[in-house]
Amino acid sequence: LEFITADHQGNAMPATDYRPMWTELGLDLAKHDALLGVLGKVYRDYFLSQKERPKGMDYFNFVISEVHGLRIKELLDARKAGRKVIGSFCLYVPEELIVAVNGISVGLCSGADFGMEQAERYLPRNTCALIKSFFGFTLEKVCPFIAACDMIVGENTCDGKKKAYETFGTLVPQLYVMDLPQMKSDAGRALLAAEYLRFLRDLEKLSGITVTPDLLAKAIETVNRKRAALHRLAALRRADPTPISGLDALLINQVAFYDDPARFTASVNALCNELEKRVAARQGVAPKGTPRLLVSGCPMAVPNWKLPMIVERSGAVIVGEESCVGERGSQNLTDTRGASVEALLGNIVDRYFKIDCAIFTPNASRLEHVRTMARSYNADGVLHYCLQFCTPYQMEAIPMERALEQDQVPVLRIDTDYSQEDVEQIRTRVEAFVERLKDGA
Amino acid sequence: MRAAGIDIGSRTVKVAVMENGRLAAHRVAYNSHDPIEVCRGLLDGIAYDALFATGYGRHLFKQYWPCTLVTEIKAVAVGSRFFAPVVRAVLDVGGQDTKAVALDARGAVAKFEMNDKCAAGTGRFLEIMATALAYSMEDFAGAASQSAAEQKVSPMCTVFAESEVVSLVARGVPRDGLAAGLHRTVAQRVAAMLRRVPVEGDVVFCGGVALNACLRRLIEQELGFRLVVPDQPQLIAAVGGALLAAASNGQTAG
Repeated sequence: LEFITADHQGNAMPATDYRPMWTELGLDLAKHDALLGVLGKVYRDYFLSQKERPKGMDYFNFVISEVHGLRIKELLDARKAGRKVIGSFCLYVPEELIVAVNGISVGLCSGADFGMEQAERYLPRNTCALIKSFFGFTLEKVCPFIAACDMIVGENTCDGKKKAYETFGTLVPQLYVMDLPQMKSDAGRALLAAEYLRFLRDLEKLSGITVTPDLLAKAIETVNRKRAALHRLAALRRADPTPISGLDALLINQVAFYDDPARFTASVNALCNELEKRVAARQGVAPKGTPRLLVSGCPMAVPNWKLPMIVERSGAVIVGEESCVGERGSQNLTDTRGASVEALLGNIVDRYFKIDCAIFTPNASRLEHVRTMARSYNADGVLHYCLQFCTPYQMEAIPMERALEQDQVPVLRIDTDYSQEDVEQIRTRVEAFVERLKDGA
Repeated sequence: MRAAGIDIGSRTVKVAVMENGRLAAHRVAYNSHDPIEVCRGLLDGIAYDALFATGYGRHLFKQYWPCTLVTEIKAVAVGSRFFAPVVRAVLDVGGQDTKAVALDARGAVAKFEMNDKCAAGTGRFLEIMATALAYSMEDFAGAASQSAAEQKVSPMCTVFAESEVVSLVARGVPRDGLAAGLHRTVAQRVAAMLRRVPVEGDVVFCGGVALNACLRRLIEQELGFRLVVPDQPQLIAAVGGALLAAASNGQTAG
């Protein structure tokens, strides 16, 4: 991507030719150029055009500009030094275990409308856009992350992903499938614990590193620091006016899945220092009193920025995300106390078992989390976001809407995919929702 | 003060002018591939002090005319209160969108539902089906009303319904029965949407499709109560825009 010519510290960046690297990874250069062309244009249009952007976002501009460049080079250099790169599609894959074997964890979920026709040769048409997208990226040979992975972890969450991995395994030989429980019972916890132990043993085999209590405790601390930085960022968004846009906050949560954890943590904390000053000076990205919305529902993977773009151009601001790419993913730290690998692994299981994904039944804590977030971020309304054909979240949307409206929290449900053709219809709904909030205030 | 509202819909463009609390002028024209030209023709010779624009073409319109924007949802809520002061819900079936809007006691939007990308349950669906059966729109509704043998059609998407209709025609099913069945599926879909918003009082039925008497009767059957249909139901959003313009004291902004 060519929209950034200096790094986040202002040093001029010579244009690096990554084409030999991409060729070596087996990418289709023409299609990859087309993808980056669209991504660059959208990023400029959605992000760089925002008013009152914090200076600390420069780092994240830089990360996105180098997402298929410098970051991939870093991964390949690390592999040459003997480290392993582990890709995953889901929050339930514990990053702590990957870090404990000196591995690098990267998120592979794709949020672009790319290669859908190719994907439909392998998947039913009524499959959600997220699944189609990672097939499309793989089949069109445009994802350097997938190509750079030593291991790709699929997980048995929804039926769509679970069955899609059966086919995906024929396309990517390094696929590893992790089973997951569907109920928060003792048996469910035991299944998760057994799968995490199996994953740890397989990571040890792959890396040649035997995990010690010390290594695991350090890994937990690294990931905790990253999550704590995200909590700090989230807390700053309680201010009115809010010091950062929902688009930028979403971007940071997305980058959390790709970036080096220590560097990411330092960058988020530096941004938070700046945002604290903004809050003290009552400076924000939108005037005080702008309608504040909470987004809840399906994950938004890079570059799925459609809904927040529409919302923040319709006179509202997003102040929180109850989402995998947001607080569902980042809430709760892992307890660092424990003298043995077994004890620390137990802490990890406890932490991940609390994630309230809609694949669980029942899943009452998710509604409670949305209620708590709506209160603590002083949200005027909730946008319930679903990817079309995502049965678990679409099922939860109806009782959630009813419960929140009963609490006098206005809700707008949006079902969509990655295409752009419904932007105007969504815009009408979002604008009408904002009118409703203003007229009802 | 003369206050105007323009509603740029997918099938038609409507203008309404309010003066001293009454509808002073109104115009309707078919939309085309060039909505701006249609708007220009429609506004030609119309004097106003304030203008509000609504409908799916509102953002494009604002690039050419100074005006304030409002969504169709709020516009039909405001417009309906003009024709039926105690209305508590609005069912608006237009060319490409169907909306159910619940109002609070003050007339503000309390909740709304809208169809997805799919055209099923909209005016466009009825047009496509009329064409598939070689009816004009008027004859389509008329045949549906008079049919003695309504043919059940599954209320799927427009494309599925069209192929189902084609195969039923091939089996020799009379087309008036199909016309009745197709009106029924739209009525069921629209009634289901209305049931998703709280309804406590009079319901206004508006949008161009409210001119279809057969559909109105079927929706009333589905709901079990009567609908209030204004004289010119397709004008409601434009009137709502004009009323908002009147309340704006001539300040056109936003």
